[in-house]
Amino acid sequence: MPKRSSLDAVIVGAGVVGAACAYYATRAGLRVAVIDRGSVAGGTTGAGEGNLLVSDKEAGPELDLALLSAGLWRELAAALPHEIEYEDKGGLVVAPDEASLEALRSFAKGQRAAGVTAVEAGAGDLRELEPHLAPGLAGGFHYPQDAQVQPAQAAARLLAASAAEGALVHLGEEVTGLVVERGTVRGVRTRTRELLAPAVVNAAGTWGGRIAELAGTTLPVLPRRGFVLVTEPLPRVVRHKVYAADYIADVASGSAALQSSAVVEGTPSGPVLIGATRERVGFDRSLSVAALRRLASQAAALFPVLADVRVLRTYHGFRPYLPDHLPAIGPDPRVPGLLHACGHEGAGIGLAPATGVLIAAALSGAEPPLDPAPFKPDRPFGREPGPQGQQP
Amino acid sequence: MPTSPSDPSSQEPSVPGPVVPGPAGLGRALPGSADCGPAVPDLAVVGAGPAGLAAAVTAARLGLRVALLDAGERPGGQFYRRPAPGLGAVRPESLHHGWAAFAAREAALRTHESAGRITYFPAHHVWTVVPDGGRWTLHAVAGPEERSVSVGARAVLLATGAYERQLPFPGWTLPGVVGAGGAQAMLKGGLVLPGKRVVVAGSGPLLLAVAGSLAAAGAAVPAVVEAASYTAYAGRLPDLLRNPGKLAEGATYGGALLRHGVRLLTRHAVTEAHGRDRVEAVTVARLGGDWRPLPGTGRRIPCDALAVGHGLVPQLELATALGCATRSGEDGTVALELDAGQRTSVPGIWSAGETGGIGGAQLALAEGELAAFSVAGRPAPAALVRRRSRLRAFAGAMAAAHRPGEGWTGWLREDTDVCRCEEVPAGRILEATRDLGARDARTVKLLTRAGMGWCQGRMCGPAVAALAGETSSAAGAAPDRRPLSCPVPLRHLAELPQHTD
Ligand SMILES: Cc1cc2nc3c(=O)[nH]c(=O)nc-3n(C[C@H](O)[C@H](O)[C@H](O)COP(=O)(O)OP(=O)(O)OC[C@H]3O[C@@H](n4cnc5c(N)ncnc54)[C@H](O)[C@@H]3O)c2cc1C
Ligand SMILES: Cc1cc2nc3c(=O)[nH]c(=O)nc-3n(C[C@H](O)[C@H](O)[C@H](O)COP(=O)(O)OP(=O)(O)OC[C@H]3O[C@@H](n4cnc5c(N)ncnc54)[C@H](O)[C@@H]3O)c2cc1C
Repeated sequence: MPKRSSLDAVIVGAGVVGAACAYYATRAGLRVAVIDRGSVAGGTTGAGEGNLLVSDKEAGPELDLALLSAGLWRELAAALPHEIEYEDKGGLVVAPDEASLEALRSFAKGQRAAGVTAVEAGAGDLRELEPHLAPGLAGGFHYPQDAQVQPAQAAARLLAASAAEGALVHLGEEVTGLVVERGTVRGVRTRTRELLAPAVVNAAGTWGGRIAELAGTTLPVLPRRGFVLVTEPLPRVVRHKVYAADYIADVASGSAALQSSAVVEGTPSGPVLIGATRERVGFDRSLSVAALRRLASQAAALFPVLADVRVLRTYHGFRPYLPDHLPAIGPDPRVPGLLHACGHEGAGIGLAPATGVLIAAALSGAEPPLDPAPFKPDRPFGREPGPQGQQP
Repeated sequence: MPTSPSDPSSQEPSVPGPVVPGPAGLGRALPGSADCGPAVPDLAVVGAGPAGLAAAVTAARLGLRVALLDAGERPGGQFYRRPAPGLGAVRPESLHHGWAAFAAREAALRTHESAGRITYFPAHHVWTVVPDGGRWTLHAVAGPEERSVSVGARAVLLATGAYERQLPFPGWTLPGVVGAGGAQAMLKGGLVLPGKRVVVAGSGPLLLAVAGSLAAAGAAVPAVVEAASYTAYAGRLPDLLRNPGKLAEGATYGGALLRHGVRLLTRHAVTEAHGRDRVEAVTVARLGGDWRPLPGTGRRIPCDALAVGHGLVPQLELATALGCATRSGEDGTVALELDAGQRTSVPGIWSAGETGGIGGAQLALAEGELAAFSVAGRPAPAALVRRRSRLRAFAGAMAAAHRPGEGWTGWLREDTDVCRCEEVPAGRILEATRDLGARDARTVKLLTRAGMGWCQGRMCGPAVAALAGETSSAAGAAPDRRPLSCPVPLRHLAELPQHTD
């Protein structure tokens, strides 16, 4: 058994974010332990779809993070086993009418200034890019930087690569308390032991608020439920990630009500994924027929051929949501020794590598590749919306 | 307790007056819903096997208006199967114990149907049940043309039965290897034999029934290979003695087997099936107490078919999607937690039969009737209550005896496909648990695709869970949620009525 004091950090959570933190911290020469109460990817990561999108983000700090991540994912695709199923297939955002196409144009203009490649596609180009797309769309934008991975594999391979370089992995062990000495975090406590380290990284996703609480502070992470439909395996009928322009408005909305705008995409194994709805209903696990109806009708509106395929299953997950739609990344000035890496909402798979790099930089004192200020965990979040923050 | 209708499991007594307030003013009909009369039924029963059928006719007799939905074309479920009318079978009952109990209920179903008390929906596969403004809506895929149908009801009884548990072994995907229950179903439903020389293997009381039917239908059965030992029953002798009917049934099977010269090998398993295009022989090995095959004990038995099954698994998709509480059964499967009135933990949802734990057709009949009394708010006859607890205790004894030992994984090889839909070999599952951090079946599935194919894990689920180190006896065992209980055309979802928003 290694000496406890030999650790530089304990990372709580073996989702994709915790795994990416472990990966980049290990590569920075740090000795870390990852601890999770369940399996790797047993939280929201296992429910995620694996879209690595820049297309849906308006110019600003989240887009900068996404662009940094897009490059890191390309590197990871070369470094990790092919099972992570990285595919740089590109995204296609379509506009049903001239008014929404105009809105897309100004959205894309801002994104281009930030470094995004966005190519306008006329009505004719759309059919070329996606032969099965519904007729009559006004046009759209092609985003070649959008890509995809298989989230559970990505998390598992990031973690396995970290373990191969010396990271310790403790699965099936819940963090029930933090070791805090004179206001400073010194490690974590489980039912059977303490793991001591000068830094603890909160990568507990939707449950990150609880870890903050254990450290004596707050972080208002709330669950935002999403449903996904999975069809029977099909030959390649959908080539890109395709969604309608109004998706972008949903992502940015803070409303608790059900919203949806289907993102439709094929997977290497054949099934088409249609996701995802967004609604704040706490950790409600019951099936929402309304959510299924919306996803199905929107998918059929984009790709009429899908109306006749069968849906094999549906699943849901709870996105870790912070009221201003930005993750919390970096040291918590209120509690020395505590760092946060959570609250990525519907983009945690995409944003994981950049998050890992920022956390590794914070732990090792290196220069971060971008300004982490917008992600400060102690920023004002305003009045907390809605009840529903409770775990069942 | 008032003595009400005589033992309902015997015959259909005359219809007493309605006991439930008339179904007036129960809300509007659903857009696109099937026509089940002007009013919303008091009870929707899902499944027309022994449990659901008994529940439906008893509830109708007690005055409830009932909708009975079943995926099958004809009532009877898994047990009371019979040849399609075209096959010209004269006496389907010859393959069945207790055919009379079924025939009486089927006749009652027809009577209630024509009197408008039961609306029967054959070939309707219910894919979900959702709460809907104080009542329930059942969504179904109907008929070969896959129509979309919704039915509303004030209460729901889930009698969705069970499916067979398969534990993989090298060669189990060869043609000629069939499920033991499947072989029985083939025989009852089409009067066809899976082969001329059929080894019957696995575990559970069904094996004896299957071997008996196969032999009676003219197949040679070189051996019945049972992994458990019947001495395991000895510990529960009182339960057995309280169930003389069951013993008689066993004796019937036993007698039939003796007559046909069938050998019963207990504490043995088929650890491999051999053959090129089709099974030609099986290796049978002796097992240790935990079902681990003992080295050096394997021997070959030539055959042209293998009927194999390791007991049954409750079919719970509808129930778990509704959030009904579960418990782990003595056979290692997950079953619904039910109270004495067959209520699930979700108010308004009842269940009966195999969903509450594997227990056989007799128990399913009794529970269906009990559930009907409970839904109708009437005290159940004392004899029925006693019958049910006697049969449940017996079921518990059998379940414990046939619980798979953990050593069964000892007959897998790394290249044995565990998930046949997605062709995932045991080695990949072991890699996921050993090297990649999967500690449960869900994560194994995410990392390997085991259980993501057409059957959605019905076939490999129990095996994957065992390989992932999940012991279903772990507190609060939650079965994997599979919110759609069958594939649903996307169009159905898209065309669901708006008011579900
Ligand atoms: C339907 C749906 C679709 C999505 N699609 C996409 C997409 O296409 N692209 C994208 O980028 N994102 C997507 N997301 C979002 C993405 O899945 C999440 O942002 C991401 O998985 C968050 O990862 P995480 O590591 O922060 O959290 P998690 O994966 O939830 O990991 C947190 C871990 O912490 C552990 N934990 C919590 N508390 C404790 C404790 N006390 N002790 C020990 N361990 C603990 C949990 O067990 C869990 O494993 C989607 C989400 C949903 C629900
Ligand atoms: C393959 C097989 C063979 C068997 N052979 C024998 C035997 O030979 N001897 C013996 O003693 N026992 C046998 N059994 C066990 C016996 O069938 C059961 O003990 C008995 O049938 C249990 O009755 P039940 O009503 O609980 O379930 P079942 O008889 O299984 O009935 C369940 C019914 O529900 C329907 N259903 C399920 N889900 C849905 C849905 N979502 N929507 C609509 N309908 C649905 C099914 O189509 C079925 O008709 C067998 C079981 C199986 C699985």
